[in-house]
Amino acid sequence: MKKFLIPLGLFLGLVIFLALGLQRDPKEIPSPLVGQAAPAFKLFTLAADNQTFEPKDMQGQVWMLNVWATWCVACREEHPLLVEFSKQQSVPIVGLSYKEVQAQDEPPGAKLSPEEKRLLARQRSEKWLRTRGNPYVVTALDLDGRVGIDYGVYGVPETYVIDKQGVIRYKLVGAITPEVLAKKILPLVNELQKT
Amino acid sequence: MQRFFALFCLPSVLVALCWMCLAFPLMAKEAEPNAQDPLVEARMLHISEELRCMVCQNESLASSHAELAGDLREEVRSLIRQNKTDDEIKAFLITRYGDFVLYRPTVKPMTWALWFGPFVLLLLALTAMVMYLRQRQRQAPQAGWTDDELKKAERLLKDGESA
Repeated sequence: MKKFLIPLGLFLGLVIFLALGLQRDPKEIPSPLVGQAAPAFKLFTLAADNQTFEPKDMQGQVWMLNVWATWCVACREEHPLLVEFSKQQSVPIVGLSYKEVQAQDEPPGAKLSPEEKRLLARQRSEKWLRTRGNPYVVTALDLDGRVGIDYGVYGVPETYVIDKQGVIRYKLVGAITPEVLAKKILPLVNELQKT
Repeated sequence: MQRFFALFCLPSVLVALCWMCLAFPLMAKEAEPNAQDPLVEARMLHISEELRCMVCQNESLASSHAELAGDLREEVRSLIRQNKTDDEIKAFLITRYGDFVLYRPTVKPMTWALWFGPFVLLLLALTAMVMYLRQRQRQAPQAGWTDDELKKAERLLKDGESA
């Protein structure tokens, strides 16, 4: 009787381990950037060539950085939620347009100049924001993805919550869901704004 | 049937083999080679084979076709040109993407279970096996009767009859 229980127990243990493993999202990787200062950068904004954005500009307020692109399918899903959320004006959302012009967008054999890339990115992004609404106080253009690398971006959309001192407090890979917004982001923003 | 094999199957297998020979060098090609500096390229490949592509997690940075992997290979190249050591380059990626980029996680208290867990399990299993075998050995002689015991039993039975 007892002998029969040992393999059964081992088997159940294995099942529990595997079941727990299956329920975890392999995309959810703890970011080493949480708790670190948001990497500095200086990029042209979507609005105009004579305007730049730096994280320093947001010093003293809690803000959200949302990495997006018009080619990103999940961004399309999360966008209405961001637009709705921005109307509450509880926290400024800064957009980071990530590699809007992809390698396959360039004509074969020819490389677009940075100016041409910026122009194309502007046209596309502005059209997208016009039709779908603009939740961003400002959007910075990360055309070559260098800033994305510094922020450890690997799956757009990504969202960061950054505190008044410029420290990253939260990072989300993938589309924001109403649940994440209500249970994680909003409570965190409220708490950070109090300090 | 044999004729069918000779006429149809064999040539098609040969054609397929030829195709494979042609295709393999193409498939084996990893990151697009940078003819300008083969040394940089070799080091880049050496480092990025040890790194995970975050987009398609089961591919190395060296073999992935994801756009981000291409960007990161370029980043590694430029770090090599800046005379950074392998460890510095890995640290650059770890501060951005976490330990997860390493296929060979560093040994630290957090990863002890990962590194030594299998050996601990093996040791436990070996001890359990040794204990089990010893126990069985100890029990084995008790299961049968020795000659002395049999004689003794016989004697006792006879004594019982005569009494």
